[in-house]
Amino acid sequence: MSDLTPSQTVGPFFAVLVDFPPHGPTPAQPATAGAPLVTIWGIVRDGAGDPVPDALLEPWHPGLGEVVRAPTGDTGRFEFTAPRPGPTPGPGGTTQAPHFALGVLARGLLHRLVTRIYFDGEPRNAADPILALVPEGRRGTLVATADGSDRYRFDMVLQGRNETVFLDV
Amino acid sequence: MTGPLPVRRPPPGVHPPLHYAPYRATEVRHPRERLVIVPQTLTELTGPVFGHDAVRPLDHDLTRQHRGEPLGERIIIEGQVRDEDGRPVPNTLVEVWQANAAGRYLHKGDRHGAPLDPNFSGAGRALTDATGRYRFVTIRPGAYPWQNHPNAWRPAHVHFSLFGECFATRLVTQMYFPGDPLLALDPIYNSIPDERGRQRLIAAFDLGLTEPEHALGFRFDLVLRGRQSTPMTG
Repeated sequence: MSDLTPSQTVGPFFAVLVDFPPHGPTPAQPATAGAPLVTIWGIVRDGAGDPVPDALLEPWHPGLGEVVRAPTGDTGRFEFTAPRPGPTPGPGGTTQAPHFALGVLARGLLHRLVTRIYFDGEPRNAADPILALVPEGRRGTLVATADGSDRYRFDMVLQGRNETVFLDV
Repeated sequence: MTGPLPVRRPPPGVHPPLHYAPYRATEVRHPRERLVIVPQTLTELTGPVFGHDAVRPLDHDLTRQHRGEPLGERIIIEGQVRDEDGRPVPNTLVEVWQANAAGRYLHKGDRHGAPLDPNFSGAGRALTDATGRYRFVTIRPGAYPWQNHPNAWRPAHVHFSLFGECFATRLVTQMYFPGDPLLALDPIYNSIPDERGRQRLIAAFDLGLTEPEHALGFRFDLVLRGRQSTPMTG
């Protein structure tokens, strides 16, 4: 058996973390001056259809080495702004479509859930090597829909109908 | 192109399952669909690089963040962060948060009738040094009631958040105290399938870390996922 330290839930009282720099509330400080920013917002719901008001979302920007912290509020709503990701190298000479990696922590989650946020209308999605591993009928749960200029909506369902695809990395 | 080495996947039984009925909140929050297993890419194998300005000099000392000293039993928590191969994980961010000595969090959602302490916020952060070591000075947190089941009490604990080298090594966990009678009754602690795994979350009292006339010392080492030895194995 491995010596790995087991995971435990983040619990409901992590707010003090969010207040600490440099992972402060959104918007994130762009690592590259003048990089175009993108805003993503959405609602997180549980298996009963109720909003999840105490989740902590951690979008990671592939390539920049930046992590943002986006807690949900009373209505289950989160929002973050970060430099817009570009395409990145994938396994076997493939190209990954622009995306954020997303870690999801919450009371009731005994370990972190992992998913990705892709962008609707991005032609490179069709050849993305990770999206290709997701059953076609569920891929849409990983794609944020356009909601204005440089603004996207990404709703999440932790359980049940339209359940978001979660990844084992 | 040769990228960073993948990290090993945890064997079954290390981490708690996402559905653990005795912890009621898992009922409507665990995914019912299987997780989709995907290869690790640059996305999962790179992560934040923390500059030394990420942490202020007193961020590791939770007893000195206010005008006065917090009430409670002063303690030192020290440990080493390693990977599965025993290699130290240097320069990684370790964050902690906890209830005060009375078992109350500084959080609007905490309805426990115990008093707040104006001299205690209950949050700290530190970077591991070149040998993977970190150190916090704080007060021993109190147990507190929660609504999971009748007369439910969480054992005293300190929340830990670690990043490690990349997205895939991120870990959030809790540190417990030796000899706590509430551990046997706690669904969150007991969600860890393996007894040895549960034991690894209990800090060890350490007289060597204890400072005379000042504070009790506890040792809490953490082990994060290690890299595979070659890109293609495992």
